[in-house]
Amino acid sequence: MSTAPESGGGGATAVQSGCVFIEGIALWAPRLPGWAAARTVLRGDTAAAATPAARPAPTVLAPTERRRAPDSVAVALEVACAACESSGRPPGALSSVFASTFGDSAVSDYLCGQLARAPLDTSPTKFHNSVHNAAAGYWAIATGCPEPYTAITAHRHTFGAGLAIACTHALVDQAAILYVAYDIETPGPLATMAPSRGVLGAAVVLATVPSPRTLARLDLRVEAGDFQASRARAANAALVEGNAMASCLPLFEALADASPAGPQASGTRPAATCARGDALQRELVLTLAPRLALRLAVTAVG
Amino acid sequence: MTPSPSCVTAYTVACAAGVGRAAFASALRDRRSGLRPNDFSATPLSTWIGRIEGLEREDAALPAALATWDCRNNRLAWLALQQDRFRERVAAARGRYGAHRIAIVVGTSTSSIGATEEAYRRVQPDGGFPLELRRPIIHAPHSLGDFLQHTLALEGFCITVATACSSSAKVFAHAERLLRLGLADAAVVGGTDSLCGSVLFGFNSLGLLSPEPCRPFDPARRGLSLGEAAGLALLEPDGDGPWLLGYGESSDAHHMSAPHPEGRGARLAIDAALSAAGIRASDVNYINLHGTASQKNDEMEGRLVAELFPPQLSASSTKGWTGHALGAAGIIEAAVALNAIETGLVPGTLNSSAIDAACGPQVRLENEQRDVRIAASHSFGFGGSNCVLVFGRERLR
Repeated sequence: MSTAPESGGGGATAVQSGCVFIEGIALWAPRLPGWAAARTVLRGDTAAAATPAARPAPTVLAPTERRRAPDSVAVALEVACAACESSGRPPGALSSVFASTFGDSAVSDYLCGQLARAPLDTSPTKFHNSVHNAAAGYWAIATGCPEPYTAITAHRHTFGAGLAIACTHALVDQAAILYVAYDIETPGPLATMAPSRGVLGAAVVLATVPSPRTLARLDLRVEAGDFQASRARAANAALVEGNAMASCLPLFEALADASPAGPQASGTRPAATCARGDALQRELVLTLAPRLALRLAVTAVG
Repeated sequence: MTPSPSCVTAYTVACAAGVGRAAFASALRDRRSGLRPNDFSATPLSTWIGRIEGLEREDAALPAALATWDCRNNRLAWLALQQDRFRERVAAARGRYGAHRIAIVVGTSTSSIGATEEAYRRVQPDGGFPLELRRPIIHAPHSLGDFLQHTLALEGFCITVATACSSSAKVFAHAERLLRLGLADAAVVGGTDSLCGSVLFGFNSLGLLSPEPCRPFDPARRGLSLGEAAGLALLEPDGDGPWLLGYGESSDAHHMSAPHPEGRGARLAIDAALSAAGIRASDVNYINLHGTASQKNDEMEGRLVAELFPPQLSASSTKGWTGHALGAAGIIEAAVALNAIETGLVPGTLNSSAIDAACGPQVRLENEQRDVRIAASHSFGFGGSNCVLVFGRERLR
């Protein structure tokens, strides 16, 4: 990824590495309800809540809409909102990339079941909620954001591919971007073919230049070949096990590890962590496609 | 930042009006619609559809090596791959650039959900899918991208974009960004959407389906006709053209299934596309409009075009030929724009007999033959996702 800003049209340097700066971080899963709690849990400083949280209630939606929102929309908007708040950037000014492996599989289960039973009674609301960009569309409406969004999937590689697409968009436009990744629990017969358990949402606000808002720096490199994706530590992985977006966890674990020690910091660090100056750095690999990977170095800033 | 032009070095289409570029162009020239009364859904539904003949036949099945991906949607993508020597062109590009340097960015709205619908009609006593449909990939939205990557033996980025009806227009923007940053040397873009119960009965539930062949921009239009289609294009940094000169993307931020009445998002996308291409509105010779024949889209779009473009512009909707191919509409209509640049064939608007008062003189009913240096294509989707593409005969810089 090119880091050098270009002048005029064309002249891009064909390099495959670059860096972006994380300004906002959000994570939501029933055992990790929000980044403040998740950060200390993922660092190993505190234990995850024994009782899973109820579903997220994104404040960006009016109470009625919040109740009606499908799980996919609720979790995506929750983390989108939290990431923007954490960055201090107004959400209505950011382009966004929404990534989900299966989209709203609960709506797919409903639609396929309804079509088998009584197709003429299909619910219009469920139908327009079935599009893969439903969460992104609701986000744009809720925040009044005229900037473009996209909604993508890349099956097992969705999290990495979405992150790469978001970085690409940010670097080309030289503008900050919101990246949101989520999957929900697949119900019904579809669960046998498109399995996903629980609800998981993750989001970051990415910028192309450092600022007082910067929380971490991501150095990125795209490499071709056979790669094994990094895994989160077993205790952390267990908290989101079975969710189709669980592949997001290593990045958030790295962000937690790299973040400044909280009051309850334990001081123990995994072997992959190394100190560079004052900053903690962790390296990880996300797959982008079956034979393409994104190598990331996560460095805490400030 | 201004995009660098990308060359469209190959493209192909398969839609109800014609399979392959020559067949489609001939249908456009002769004003032969691909629409017919709905004979797709088992439950009767009085509407017209753009259906591709024979996809369900046994002899249309994917070759044994690709049986994992066999389903209507991927059969349609496969059909497009065989047209206009597209597979050979990609194979040659793979030889030039390497398998990992060619990205796949394809759009779809429903991917192969038709296979999942079938499985739900035939759920087994154990609660699972019928044996022959126990293939996870065809029940995932990335079915299309994954199928193409395996079929074309490519190893680069592989992304399925699903932003409803703007999907296979936005793929050009995504691919151009990957090319510009050097993350790929070439990209296969396009999209596929096939007829399925979800869209037929879904659009029916919204009251948006026309009981007769759709009549875009006609004051007496009664809604849209759905169609299925696949299209693919190969983008490279250099070649003989035509060129992708620019694109504009935006969000309506208004409603999930209705456009902003004043076309706020559409206007932003048009402005951004013209600005990215470095051209003025008066430089555009032809626009292939979104023109779904829904009341709201056509009123909004007709008014916007009348306001933003001079009267000498030719603008039309080709959905009377193809039906609304949803996630494949962007690539099919990009192909119409590219064909206009290459052959001067500017299609009018089929099935319509008058033009809505909201429109200006730009919207044309009759076909024309004219010199087209620059052509654009509009794609506006559910969730307020808009994308406008600008193509040119010459690279402008």
